[in-house]
Amino acid sequence: MTDTKSDPTADSVATTDASDLPDDVILRVNHLVKEFPITKGVFFRKQVGAVQAVSDISFEIKKGETLGLVGESGCGKSTTARSVLRLLQPTSGDVWFRLETEDEEIVNVATAKKDTMRQVRRNMQIVFQDPYASLNPRMTVATIIAEPLTVYGEGSKQERLDKVKDLLKVVGLSPEHANRYPHEFSGGQRQRIGVARALALNPSFMVLDEPVSALDVSIQAQVLNLMDDLQDEFDLTYLFIAHDLSVVRHISDRVAVMYLGKIVEMAGRDALYDRPMHPYTHALMSAVPIPDPHIESNRKRMLLEGDIPSPANPPPGCRFNTRCPKAVSGKCDVDEPEFKELEPGHWVACFFPEVEKVY
Amino acid sequence: MTEPLLEVDDLRTYFTTEEGIVRAVDGISFSMMPGQRLGVVGESGSGKSVTALSVMGLIEPPAGQIVTGRVMFKGRNLLELDEDELQSVRGGQIAMIFQDPMTALNPVYTIGDQLMETILLHQDVNRSEAREIAIQAIEDVHIPNAKAQMLDYPHQYSGGMRQRIMIAMGLSCNPDLLIADEPTTALDVTTQAQIMDLMLELAEERGTAVMLITHDLGVVAGFCNDLQVMYAGGIVESGTIDDIYYNPQHPYTWGLLESMTRLDDEQQHRLYSIPGSPPSVIDLPRGCRFRPRCGFATEICGQVLPALRPVGNPGQMAACHHAEELNLKELKADAAPTVEPAAATDSDLTDVDLDLQEADVEGIEAQRSAMDQVEGEEGSL
Ligand SMILES: Nc1ncnc2c1ncn2[C@@H]1O[C@H](COP(=O)(O)OP(=O)(O)OP(=O)(O)O)[C@@H](O)[C@H]1O
Ligand SMILES: Nc1ncnc2c1ncn2[C@@H]1O[C@H](COP(=O)(O)OP(=O)(O)OP(=O)(O)O)[C@@H](O)[C@H]1O
Ligand code: SF4
Ligand SMILES: [Mg+2]
Ligand SMILES: [Mg+2]
Repeated sequence: MTDTKSDPTADSVATTDASDLPDDVILRVNHLVKEFPITKGVFFRKQVGAVQAVSDISFEIKKGETLGLVGESGCGKSTTARSVLRLLQPTSGDVWFRLETEDEEIVNVATAKKDTMRQVRRNMQIVFQDPYASLNPRMTVATIIAEPLTVYGEGSKQERLDKVKDLLKVVGLSPEHANRYPHEFSGGQRQRIGVARALALNPSFMVLDEPVSALDVSIQAQVLNLMDDLQDEFDLTYLFIAHDLSVVRHISDRVAVMYLGKIVEMAGRDALYDRPMHPYTHALMSAVPIPDPHIESNRKRMLLEGDIPSPANPPPGCRFNTRCPKAVSGKCDVDEPEFKELEPGHWVACFFPEVEKVY
Repeated sequence: MTEPLLEVDDLRTYFTTEEGIVRAVDGISFSMMPGQRLGVVGESGSGKSVTALSVMGLIEPPAGQIVTGRVMFKGRNLLELDEDELQSVRGGQIAMIFQDPMTALNPVYTIGDQLMETILLHQDVNRSEAREIAIQAIEDVHIPNAKAQMLDYPHQYSGGMRQRIMIAMGLSCNPDLLIADEPTTALDVTTQAQIMDLMLELAEERGTAVMLITHDLGVVAGFCNDLQVMYAGGIVESGTIDDIYYNPQHPYTWGLLESMTRLDDEQQHRLYSIPGSPPSVIDLPRGCRFRPRCGFATEICGQVLPALRPVGNPGQMAACHHAEELNLKELKADAAPTVEPAAATDSDLTDVDLDLQEADVEGIEAQRSAMDQVEGEEGSL
């Protein structure tokens, strides 16, 4: 049930091979689709349908850049992240990735063989949202951070210990913490441990799946600053996933907005926040509260009607049409809008794109 | 002058745990006027929910004890009422809504039954009148087809719809005070905007006082008139929202405001961040509870707990020894004094055990083979 209807315009960012991958691009995601089967029955599990959690999305990330991926709960952000790392096998589509080897080999993560995948996994790392669930409670911090080194058989024990010590310092913890267990740490400290582990194999690309969402504001700022510093120090490229548009504005160079499995708008950060064109982006921005009473009291909120439809049963036409204030019946609920480049680098999937000031 | 609706005086709520005494709320005083919308903000564990539960008489002994204090509501001390009297106040004159509506809704009863039960408990009406009031309450929270919705069960609803039902239930008895504990924290931002808009409309229309508990200073800015900031079981600052956002007097409040990312912030400047993390309320630092994280601390801060006292604009209060001298309003984040971090010893890590336990090795092996198994349908982590 793969969506084969390719849109011609998107092909300029999304092609079927990577021979034209510009030198400065580290990742190209091309018509990525991820479906989860819906099954029924206990003994004879029969597939009765599919949830298309990620529905034909394409984007690129340049070396050293941060792409923010933002959207509401269930829109497919984590599924995108896991498919890019192939922690989930994509249903279709390609994930071209420039390996940091001598000859900068470009590989398709979606179909790569075992040996290549081992290299890919050293180069790509992920930090998860929940600093409580993502660390093994029975392991010491040192064991957790050294785990990728141990698994890949890197270095002698002393070398690994030295690396753990370095990593602890890099993320702002102290070497004394090495022998303690995760429960002895606060949320922010645990997130630092997760980051240290992700850095252990010197990756070039990191997926940060809501790394600060579970943290208090005062701790959020610490972790955001840490991610900034690490990016500079180690030349890292980030895919930064969040549901908070103000965090995304702070951290990203470019931003992609997702709704119900699709990217509906993608642009450079200033273009997106100053000149948002998709009605969903407008609604999302308009809903974000600003910690400033005068601004808030003068703001006119654009409120959406109803709830997000189930991804198991997305509406026909534009997926946003059931809640869109601009939707035209007979058009938006029938045809799917193309993802078009309306200004250089500014992509929008809407029949009626229009710049709006929303705050 | 009108009488305050609620007056909390020197409230202390402690919990006895294996680790020690948790001083969750440790000597707070504040009051609310009829129709006032008061925000209560603070980090996780600062005592916001325990404050609300104490007011509602929902602290469970023997572990939880209100050790001192008065909670005067319309002239009566709620802490002296028996359970029957409290029951009639709760849900009637004071209503509460929670972060997770499912904890307050019973999954085996219909929405209509639950609404009617609340109404019958608190109002002198018969069943058919209760039904009318319930239907009206559902309409008031802008849920279409109210009559049909009465027959639905909570699990048939999305998070946003359930929170609307909670608001309907909370307001069905026309309470004087609505306590909303993180009512939108579990919701998406577009749903949050709908719910806050609805609460504002209904509270204004009916003159209901609202205590809004949240960790989000953005939500407070659009909803509340006044605000109090909690830190480690105490109130460190209170005032009108304008006082606090534009003229903060406490270093913690200032730090919170400075460390927020803002939607309208065009510069990608470095964020200010408050160093360290909040103290454990079992083992509170001596003196000011914020001292270990405060760049302005002096000797007295380590010795004397500062009292909440008038400072800044008229009516504004803060609990900081140095509030008058700091002029935080003009302070730029990059000029803020820093805290010396606890000296990190540069010990060698020779004595650390890196060996994986057998069970862990199994886990990692499984994970590794899942990762390596690239032809398979799905890996896992
Ligand atoms: N393993 C799975 N099996 C079936 N459905 C799944 C699975 N994982 C995710 N989904 C569904 O796919 C959709 C997208 O989920 P995903 O976790 O990617 O969303 P998200 O954008 O990360 O949301 P959140 O902000 O809540 O983390 C959801 O409808 C979800 O229920
Ligand atoms: N029943 C209980 N037994 C023991 N300790 C408790 C109990 N309830 C709360 N506490 C402790 O009291 C302190 C204050 O908790 P409270 O729930 O009021 O925090 P909060 O400000 O509401 O935080 P959050 O933002 O996480 O909801 C915390 O340290 C908490 O662990
Ligand atoms: S009392 Fe001292 S330690 Fe506490 S906030 Fe004020 S200056 Fe900082
Ligand atoms: Mg997710
Ligand atoms: Mg709470």
